[in-house]
Parts: sequence; C-alpha cells; structure tokens
Amino acid sequence: MQTIEKESAASVNWQLKGTFLLNPELRQKALEVLEHTPFPTTKTEAWKYTRVAKIKNSNLAIQENPVTLTGNFGLSTESIQYVFINGHFSETLSSKTYPDGLKIGALSQMDDAEVRVMGGNVLLDGEVFSSINTAYATDGLYVHVSAKMQIEPVIEIIQINTDQHMLSNLRHVLVAEAFSEVKFVQRSISVNGSDNFTNVISEIHIGKNAKLTMDKLQEENETCFQISTELVNQHQDSNFTINTVTLNGLLVRNNLTIEVDGQNCETHLNGAYILNGNQHVDNHTVVDHKVANCESNELYKGVIDGKATAVFNGKVYVRKDAQKINAFQSNANVLLSDDATINSKPELEIYADDVKCSHGSTTGQLDEEAVFYLRARGLSEASARQLMVGAFIEDVIQKIENEAVTDRIHEILKERFNWVIE
Amino acid sequence: MLKIKNLHASIDGKEILKGLNLEVNPGEVHAIMGPNGAGKSTLASVLAGREEYEITEGTVDFEGADLLEMATEDRAREGLFLAFQYPVEIPGVSNVNFLRTALNEIREYRGEPAISAKDFMALVKEKSAIVELDAKLASRSVNEGFSGGEKKRNEIFQMAMLDPKLAILDETDSGLDIDALRIVANGVNKLKSDKNATIVITHYQRLLDYIVPDFVHVLYNGQIVKSGPKELALELEEKGYDWIKAEFAH
Repeated sequence: MQTIEKESAASVNWQLKGTFLLNPELRQKALEVLEHTPFPTTKTEAWKYTRVAKIKNSNLAIQENPVTLTGNFGLSTESIQYVFINGHFSETLSSKTYPDGLKIGALSQMDDAEVRVMGGNVLLDGEVFSSINTAYATDGLYVHVSAKMQIEPVIEIIQINTDQHMLSNLRHVLVAEAFSEVKFVQRSISVNGSDNFTNVISEIHIGKNAKLTMDKLQEENETCFQISTELVNQHQDSNFTINTVTLNGLLVRNNLTIEVDGQNCETHLNGAYILNGNQHVDNHTVVDHKVANCESNELYKGVIDGKATAVFNGKVYVRKDAQKINAFQSNANVLLSDDATINSKPELEIYADDVKCSHGSTTGQLDEEAVFYLRARGLSEASARQLMVGAFIEDVIQKIENEAVTDRIHEILKERFNWVIE
Repeated sequence: MLKIKNLHASIDGKEILKGLNLEVNPGEVHAIMGPNGAGKSTLASVLAGREEYEITEGTVDFEGADLLEMATEDRAREGLFLAFQYPVEIPGVSNVNFLRTALNEIREYRGEPAISAKDFMALVKEKSAIVELDAKLASRSVNEGFSGGEKKRNEIFQMAMLDPKLAILDETDSGLDIDALRIVANGVNKLKSDKNATIVITHYQRLLDYIVPDFVHVLYNGQIVKSGPKELALELEEKGYDWIKAEFAH
C-alpha cells in the first residue's frame, strides 16, 4: 500500500529570499514546522469556513530590498507614524521625533542582541502562518512605554502593500509597562498594490494597571490577503481595548488571543466588518480568563452583501478558580443579499462556578417594515437601507474614540459602499 | 385632490377592497369608519404603496397623477402622508437625522434646494411644539422605547415636518389615553388648512369629537356603503355596526 504524503507548507511555490530578523534558532524551529505541516484545510477545525488555497497557490515573493513611496499615509498629523512598505521599514515616511518615556523603532534598526530575545512566545507547532512569519519576518515595530508614562500622541503603524504578489511578514512587539497608557492604530492599505499577502503578528504585553488601545483598520485592495494575529498578555488591573474594522480585502483572517493573567482586568473587543463582492472575512477571537475578578466585553457586527462570506468564532475560557468573571460576547449580522453567508460560532468554556457570562449571535435581514416606514416618509429605498445598516454598524464604530479613525471609516463607507452616516 | 374609482385590492389571493369609491378635495376632512375586517387598513396600505397588495381593478388619481404607478417614496414626495397604526421602532436611526434626509430628498425631487442645518433645527423646534413632543425625544432613535402615545405624537410631528397635501391617519387613536388623544388631535387640527386634506381612519367615534370631519364614510366588506355628515359618526357610535352589517350583508 502506498501512502500519499500530504503536501507540506515548505513545498509552496513562493520566492522566499531575503534577510530575516528573528533569532536563527527560532527561525530554524519555524522552518522545521513548515517542513512537516501542510496548509490548513476546511477539515482543520480552526479553518473550517476559511479556505487558504488561494493564498497557497499564489505566486508570492518576498520583497528583498526596501522600496520607496512618496506621500502622506497617516490618518492624523498629530500622530507618531511608522510606515512599513511590503514588509520593510520606511524611514523617510516615518516620524523622527517622539515623546519621552517611549522607546520606539523598527526591528531592523535595532541591535541584534535586542531582537534576538523577541518572538519566542508565538506558538509554532501546527501553525503554518505563524511559522511563515517567524521564519521570514523582514521587519516590524518595537514599542516600549516606560512605567507611569502616558503617551499622548497616537502611534500609527501603517502597513502598506504595493506592486503585485508581494508577501509581507511583519512582527510587532508592543510593551506597555506598569501604569502607562498608550494608543495605537494599525492600518493596512494598498498603494497601487494588488494580489498581495500581508502576514502580521503583534505581540502585546500590558503591564500592571496599564492601558492599551488598538484600532485596527483593514482596508487593503479587494484582491489582497491578510492574516493578522495578535497575542495579548494582560497583567493585573490592566485595561485593553481592540477595535477591528475590516472594510476591504479579498481574504482577511484575524486571530486574536488575549490571555488575562492578572485580576481586576478589563478587556474590550469590538469588531465591524462590511463585506461585498467575493470578500471573505474571518474573525477568530479567544479571551482566556485565567484568574478571578475580571471583565470582558465582546461586540462584533457585520453587514454582508454580494457573494461575500464572514466567519465569527469567539471563544471565552473561564479557567477553574477564575471566579467572579463577567464575560459578555455578542455577534450580530445583517445579510443584504441571498448569496451572502455568515458562519457564526460564539463559544463559552467555563470551569469556574461563580461567574456571569453570556453570549449570543443573531443573523437577519433588514426589517422590511422599517424600510417601508422610511420610504413612506420620502426616503428612497437605497437611502432607507443605507440608513439602517449604517445605524446597525455605527453601534460598533462609535466605540472607537480616535476621531481620525472614525472619520476614515466614514470616508471609506461613503467611497466604497456609498453610505453616508451622520 | 384624490379620486378613488372602483378600487379592487387583494392580498394572497383574497379580495379585500371590492370596488371602493372616494373623492377628497382640498380643505376637507374625511372620516372612514367601519367594523374590523372591513378593509380600512387595507385602504391606507394600498394608498401608501405597500407592495404585498395586488390592485386588480380601479384607479387612484392624486393631484392629476396615477398614484398606483408611483413608488412609495414618490407618493410621499408628491405630498401623501400615512400616519401608521403601528409606528415602527428603528434602533440607531435618529428621528431628526432621518427626517432631514427625508425632507432633503423630497426637496430634491421637487427641484428645491436642501434645507440648512439651522433652518432644519428651527423647524424641528417649531413642529415638535405642535404635538408637545420633547426635543430630546425628537432626536432619539425612531420610536425606540417610545410609549404608545409618544409614538403617535411622533407620527404627527413627522407629518408636521413634511407638510403633506393629504394625510391619512390610520387608527391614530388606538391605544391612546384621553390626554394623548387630545394632544394628537390638536396637532392635526393646527396643521389643517384650505390647501390640504385629511383622511381619518378609525373604528371609534371618540377621535371625531376632536378632529371634526366634513364627511363620514362607512366602509363595509370592501366598499363604502354609506356616506354622510359628521352626525353619521354619532349614529354609528350609538347603534354599533350591526345595522350596517344587516343592511348590506350578502
């Protein structure tokens, strides 16, 4: 009898030459994983509704030497901006000055010794995309906020893809020490770019009583792929908010894992996805309550049109002895066409007995009676529908405090979906 | 203003309106009364353009145009207003924002310039006072969490904002206590002019003590079987609908 070897991820037909950043031993481990791990298929539980064959079969190449672009790609002139183009730091487009208490810079600009200690927290076994990232990361941002420092300007991480069939592996490490406060925007855009793949991992450490906010805005070209992974570790009394807004991209997968390691933490996860055409957006979230007396809130909302598909899989773990946890999770979807699909799976796994947890998922169409009501007052059918979906999604958008981000979201909604939200 | 001739309408193959005739002129208030199931709400729905009804026969002329050929929003833009029996709650959509959009789309349709934010807010203030609607309520989500009375007051507030030629009030009195009824009726009366007209659809005579009709019509079995002056409403209140049923039963 003949056994057919499953095609390993290492046999993929990509051009993977370049200079890579992370610790050689770690890279070696990642390469080994790729040697014996195939790409996930829909038989892999975590990828049940998301096919990655399109990524696998693309003729992707790593950008060996940095390319330059001209322009201003930030959302706000007040912010500290770090720009990466096709996986490489763009010094010319990035900020030169930053406030006290902040150590910030591209990994490629740092001492080898400093970079060498990074990246070891990411699970590689069985994880093709994390292994690709670990083996082939060309750059990323390192941020260290000193204890008790409140960083006023927002730090914008701008991930640009340009040209065609480019593979960017970015690895960010963001550390907020005890009692500090910092706000990020991570924005992915295409500048004359198509068919590109951005594979990004952010390791985020939030110290005791620190507060970190991350607004993720995904607006790459509708032919691009993105897999974006956040690994977050929260210490006691800390506060973490992440807002993930996906407005474009052919295939977008967000993997968000938050380990709540200290008591009295607050965790907020908000997500909005507005899909059209053949888009596929998959949000996988894990909130792991390891200790007692914490609160987490999760609200994801989606509007799905055309032949687009969205996936929501939200998992909340409450470990044994993690008592007095308040965990709420909600996913709501509006399907605007007969060919739109949502696969929603909220999950709770609770091993403690004194907790308050709830989850819910709703999927529906627009209330036709409400559409008629608005039309009977003189609104066109298009305006009526737009007003209603706008209100539905605005519930999430209004949780974003950074006005430069919400302004940009409204701009895209107007440009791409022809919505005007008051 | 409105000429309904031999109107037949059915839903799911069941005929509800069976040859209805009605003519409404500017400055007039018409009351349409009738027992449950007579077709009162169907008439309101058909005039507003609900698509689930099929018109099998007849014509409706509104200001010289074929009303039945128009989309719901165009009927509103031409000056028709339906106050809903059950106003819909629309979470997240603010009352004033949607009204500004509505008003501006109506103005655009009529080739008029958009209303300025300042003028709009002045209009909201003026018109919400007509039905004693709290300005806060006016800016909240459409009908969300409103009491029954507040919803009906909100309907009349919207009517005041849109200033229609013909308003159809579908069971606007249902579920209202006497104070709310008086406020709503006063609002309607204040909006009355010799250029506009009102059709009041109601099961009970009570509302007609406040909104005094020029004509009362009895709708029964899909047709208007009796018309008369306002006194007819009192007669119906006194005798009930049984004598109508007895007289016109087939």
